[in-house]
Amino acid sequence: MKTILLKDAAALIPDGASVMIGGFMGVGTPERLLDELVRQGKRNLTVIANDNALPGIGIGKLISAGAVRKTIASHIGLNPETQKKMLAGELEVDLVPQGTLIERIRAGGFGLGGVLTPTGVGTVVEKGKQRIEVEGKPYLLETALRADFALVQAFLADYIGNLYYALTARNFNPVIAMAADTVIVEADNIVPVGVIAPDQVVTPAPVVDYILSHT
Amino acid sequence: MDAQTIIARRIAQELRDGMLVNLGIGIPTLVSKFVPPGVRVYFQSENGLIGTGAPPAEGMHHPLLTDAGGKPVSALPGASTFDSAMSFGLIRGGHLDMTVLGALQVDAAGRLANWMIPGKMVPGMGGAMDLVSGAKRVIVGMQHTAKGQSKIVRQCSLPLTSARPVDLVVTELAVIAFPGGRATLLETAPGVTVGMVREATDAELAVAERVCTMAL
Repeated sequence: MKTILLKDAAALIPDGASVMIGGFMGVGTPERLLDELVRQGKRNLTVIANDNALPGIGIGKLISAGAVRKTIASHIGLNPETQKKMLAGELEVDLVPQGTLIERIRAGGFGLGGVLTPTGVGTVVEKGKQRIEVEGKPYLLETALRADFALVQAFLADYIGNLYYALTARNFNPVIAMAADTVIVEADNIVPVGVIAPDQVVTPAPVVDYILSHT
Repeated sequence: MDAQTIIARRIAQELRDGMLVNLGIGIPTLVSKFVPPGVRVYFQSENGLIGTGAPPAEGMHHPLLTDAGGKPVSALPGASTFDSAMSFGLIRGGHLDMTVLGALQVDAAGRLANWMIPGKMVPGMGGAMDLVSGAKRVIVGMQHTAKGQSKIVRQCSLPLTSARPVDLVVTELAVIAFPGGRATLLETAPGVTVGMVREATDAELAVAERVCTMAL
């Protein structure tokens, strides 16, 4: 694990990269990092996240800035900019049921090829997917998802990268931290090793590559 | 009593002590205001919270404690928080006793469409498909009609949320279940007749042997 300046962290992410971003309607989203991606004028990102938040909040800032070519999300309904760009053909949107999206990411991070879920059987979600029966029940084969980068928001990070999350800001964060080649963490608080007790660590230090420095 | 209150009050009567319950946005959220006395339920927000409570007093909001719509909530004593994989494990894994959702259409067999209107409104399904596939009991709370059109239709023209039928539909006019895959009228709202419900319903509607009046 290394500490990294905000501008250097954003510079690691090239145009066209796939990026998983933590947060649920902007809660638990690494805002400083997203602001810097906008400032550096990133383009053609593929953003994998629960939702697109709202204009001016979280991932909504990337959408408004035209930084995103494709988004894989479960809900975009509260971001009219996403809807507008999608209908204009400027933004590709792949809608995935929320429980399926998080399991596909979990599979990607846990070394699995995918998961079998009953969600979506007999709906448009089934289109193009393999249906597999197990003990008489139908499931869809949903393949694993990984990304080049995971942008994680944590409440506490210790000096070596152990992470602890707060309340409903946890959401996608610990799951995406397992599923990307490079994991960058923006923490509300950086604390000495030991402040987060072993039982309280949610994301263990070895999966974290960078922690944003506070200066 | 307005339509939303009738719906929310009637659905609240389905709550049983100790249940884990998920409420969708809109009318379903109102159900939490009418939990019967002596009944204690756990409300789950699918963004990762069990023990969701009413919004705190003005100025006491915690920015990292919200419901699935991103709105501030409180956490009741005994609450727990967890990540999204756990949250949907609870939903799909048979741990969620009841979900209450809104609807655009419900068909004569109880199948629900509530996540998109092609070409017009494509918000995404969010957690709805997992909730309908996974919850032990699925209840729809919605107004009976929209712009004069019945929302209980012969066949959904909109994309389905799940192939699994819902268990109960509660509107401001009626309570409808789907035994044997057939829409069946169980209860009417006070002052509403069976004929009025039939008139307002596009789907063919069977009528239970004894139709009760909602006890609100």
